[in-house]
Order: sequence, then structure tokens, then C-alpha cells
Amino acid sequence: MRVLALAGRRLAASIPTLFLILIGVFLLLQLAPGDTVDAMMAQMGGGDATTAKQLREFYGLDLTVGAQLANYLWRLVRLDLGFSAIYGKPVATVIAERLPATLLLMTASLSLAFFFGLILGVVAARRVNRWQDTLISTLGLVFYAMPTFWFGLMAIVVFAIYLQWLPAGGYEDITVGLTGLRRTLDIARHLTLPTLTLGLFYMAIYLRIMRGSMLEVLNLDFVRTARAKGMDETRVIVRHVLRNALLPMVTLIGLQAGTMLGGSVVVESVFSLPGLGRLAYESVVQRDLNTLLGIVFVSALLVIVVNFIVDLLYARLDPRITTGT
Amino acid sequence: MQVLKLYLRSPPAIIGLVLLVLVVAAALSADWLYPRDPLALAGRPLLWPFANPRFPLGTDNSGRDIAAQIFHGARISLLIGLVATTISVMIGITVGALAGYHGGWVDTALMRITEAFQTLPNFLLLLVLVAVFGSTITTVTLAIGIVSWPASARLTRAEFLSLRNREFVQAGRTLGLKDAKLIFGEILPNALPPVIVYASVVMAIAILLESALAFLKLSDPNVASWGNLIGVGRDVLRVQWYVSAIPGVAILITVLAVSLVGQGLNDALNPRLKGR
Repeated sequence: MRVLALAGRRLAASIPTLFLILIGVFLLLQLAPGDTVDAMMAQMGGGDATTAKQLREFYGLDLTVGAQLANYLWRLVRLDLGFSAIYGKPVATVIAERLPATLLLMTASLSLAFFFGLILGVVAARRVNRWQDTLISTLGLVFYAMPTFWFGLMAIVVFAIYLQWLPAGGYEDITVGLTGLRRTLDIARHLTLPTLTLGLFYMAIYLRIMRGSMLEVLNLDFVRTARAKGMDETRVIVRHVLRNALLPMVTLIGLQAGTMLGGSVVVESVFSLPGLGRLAYESVVQRDLNTLLGIVFVSALLVIVVNFIVDLLYARLDPRITTGT
Repeated sequence: MQVLKLYLRSPPAIIGLVLLVLVVAAALSADWLYPRDPLALAGRPLLWPFANPRFPLGTDNSGRDIAAQIFHGARISLLIGLVATTISVMIGITVGALAGYHGGWVDTALMRITEAFQTLPNFLLLLVLVAVFGSTITTVTLAIGIVSWPASARLTRAEFLSLRNREFVQAGRTLGLKDAKLIFGEILPNALPPVIVYASVVMAIAILLESALAFLKLSDPNVASWGNLIGVGRDVLRVQWYVSAIPGVAILITVLAVSLVGQGLNDALNPRLKGR
């Protein structure tokens, strides 16, 4: 319970941050040349000034900046993100349609990165400065230095064009209309390459952190004690070392949540996945500022939620957090 | 000297340095080797590498020399990396120093802002900035600097928190030194080394961010950027994959070089932490 109270306090503390972000981005977008109505008129192939004026009145764009901001925040409180002129739907609907693909991609990539980062990090630390360590560390460096979108393109060349094992893009095969398990498998096939693309970059970071914190913990007194007691090595690693070495890894998930969402913009564009990241890109290109602002809001919310979960996890891993401060 | 000796003891650090020298050499020799505009048409489009000795790396979709674009791209990447990193670290140091030194409400306010920047996905903010201010090379560089300062601010703040009540600072305070003098003259020089080492991480990320932006065709189309070239090559990926492949390798080498040098510096400056 105290864990929940603690995490709840942290959650409440992030509300001012959220408002700061929204006000900042809202004011920033006011500086953008042209507004939604301009974009709409351009899309319709031009129009006269009276229509533009009517549209501006309809969308409340003729009010002062302060009034517009107040309007926007008041609507947000009621979870209304406004209307997307480009998509002809409420922004909340557009985002809700795109969210599943991104969440799926992020969860899959994060799991991949965390799982393999953990294993490779442990192996590298146990074999420190031997060939296994050198190999793993080099691999990590290369994955870290590789632009994700480039890795994605090369993966398409190899796996989709030459080997033809996996589809080159898209979220699912819509021509056949699969249902149930077949559909799930189809989506999984489509998400394999994007997940690898996004995940391997983060795996590189996780494995480096895991290796570092393993090496640190392996030198601590309680590990020596456990070994001296005659405990076998696997148990020492799993029961004593891993639990403590995991703390920095868990912290990193919270810190990386934002970057990962950002990374999905590029990956979704490479694989033409109908996700939030691609939506962000499209709204930038089409100057759909309402949608862009909505995406910023939802992304910030997502990062805050991930951090909330990380706090809970953290408290489970390190009981001192609940008994201490 | 001691640091240099320690640095040269590690093979990865030497490899990093060699790679970095190569990239810098490519950037410096670009004008001399390829005096013509790298974005000008040079020959038949889509020539494979080595197919024509005039174009060792081939030509792209519209017949522009890929080798020329790679050499000129090195200048763009290094320039954007250096300038964006300088901007980002300067903002980070200022914010972190003020927050860590003053504490209290200044600290709270500045950290709230830092947190806001960290909560917002940085690539998303980059998109917003580019959408608003356009995508000339200057605005792109500035925008990358603006989205990547929070980590260095936190790092500087942590250093300041641990240094601000040390004896030498208290001595300065008793001597009646002004805050500005204490911050920049006394504490900052001691807080700087870890921040400078971290700058290599910022630079690696800055280069990657620019290339991603260019790939999405949201960066300056009028400069020979590696990301632009990858984006161009994407249209002919099915058959002429080398157009995208070559600039990707260039980015990989550059980012690898910067990271290795940074890591080597870190190990040399903090020998105690070696092997992490």
C-alpha cells in the first residue's frame, strides 16, 4: 500500500509537468506560419476569404491566444482533444485508432531489448575481458551507432526483398481478411522487422548498463559472503546479483520511454505502420496542429504512465524504498 | 600527458580515434577532392559502385556522385554534431549550475522545466520545432541542441550539489566572492570533466537525430546530408540498395568513432571506473 501511495504522489507531481508541456507546445505552435484552416483550404484547392473566416470562427481560431489556450486546456480536462480538420474526425478518435500499433511495437521492442540486453549483459559480465565479452560489447556498440531507420531499410532488403521471409511493411494483410489466431499471427509477422529495428538499438543500451551494474555488484561484500557460504554460482547470480543489478535497468526503462516513442516515428515511417509516430509525421507535413498537440499530450501521458509502473517495479525490487523515505 | 598515455592503452579508444581522424579528413578534403557542387548532376543515374572509375561509389537516382555526397556529408554531420552539442551542453551547464548552486525554488523551477523536456519524446519535440521554424540547416541544428540538453543539466546539477559545500567553495565564500565568480570560476572547472565526456554521447545522438530527420525529408534538402541520401535511396531500395547502404555505413562509422573516443576519454579520466 505504501508503495502505491508513494507512486501516487509521484504521479500527482507530474501533473504540473504535463501542463507545462502543453502550454509550452501550444504557444510554440502559435508561432507556426499558417493554421489548420490554411491547410484545409490548400487541400480543397483554394477558397474565398469569407469561407476561411467562417471556418476560423467555427474552430475558434479567431479568438486571442490566451482565450484559445484556456479553451484548449478546459477541453483537455474533459478529455476532448478537439477536431482534426485533415482527417475529418475528432483527434481523440484518430489517436485511438493509431495507438494500438504503437503500443504493440513499443511493448514488443522493449521486451526484446530488456530480455536480450539482460542476458547478453550477464554473459558479458561473467566472461569479462574474454572473447565472449569482446564480441557482445562490440555488437552492442555497432547496434548503438547504427541509425535505426537504416537498419530497418537493410532488413527490408535482406528479409523482405531477397529472402522474402517477411513482409516489407504494413500492419496486417488486409486483402485476405483474416480473423482470430490467423490474424494475430499475421500481425506478428508484420511486426517482426519493426520490432527488431527499434529493439536492437535499445538492447545495445541495456546490455551495456547491465554489464556495468553486474560488474559493480559482483564486487560487493554480500556476493563474496554468499560464495563463501558455498552457494553455487547460478544461485548467487540469480538470487543476489541479478536483483541488485536490475535496478539501473529498470530506471532506464522510465528514462527511455520518451526516446522510444520518438524512435517509433522513424520506424513506423520505414515500415508504413499505422501508428502514433507516423501520425505525428503526417500531421507535421500536413500542418494539422490540433492533432499534433493531441499526440504530444498522449505521448507525455504515456511516458508518465510508464514511469508510474517503473516506480512500482522499483519498489518491489528494492524494499528499502518503501521503508525509507 | 598522463591522460594521453592512459587513453592510448585501450585498443577500442585507438580504433575510435583512427576512425574519427578518417572522418575529419574526409570532411576537410571534401572541397579539394570534389570541388563541384555535390548535389549537381555528374553522370548517368544509378551506376553501381566500381562500374565506372569516375564514380567509385556509384551515382544515385538522379545521377549525382555518391562519393562526393559522402565526403561533403561528413562536413555537414560533423558540423551539425559539433554545433548542436555545444548548444545543448551550454544550456545544460547553465541550467544545471544555477539549479545546483542556488537550490530552493530556483532548483525546483528549473528541474520542473527539465522534467517537462524529458517527459516529452525528444524526436516529437524536434518535429514540432521543425514544423514551426522550418528546416534550414541553422534551425535544424538549433532544434537538435534544444531537445537534447536535459541530461547534461542533470549531470551538472548533480556535480554542483556535491561540490557546492566543499572547503574550497566555502573558502571562496568567506573571501566574499560573488555568486557568478564562485559558479564559473571555482565550481564549474571541477564539475566540467564528466559533462565534457558526456558531450560525446550528445554528439552521437545529435548526428543520429539529424540523419533521421533528413531521412524523413524534414531536414535541409539543399545540403549533401547522409540522411538525405538514404532517403533518396529508399525510393530505389528494391534493386539499387547500395544508394541507401553506403551513407548508412558512413553514419555508423562516425557515430561509432565519436562514442569510442568518448568512452576512451572517460576511461582515461576516471581510471578507477575502467572496464565498466
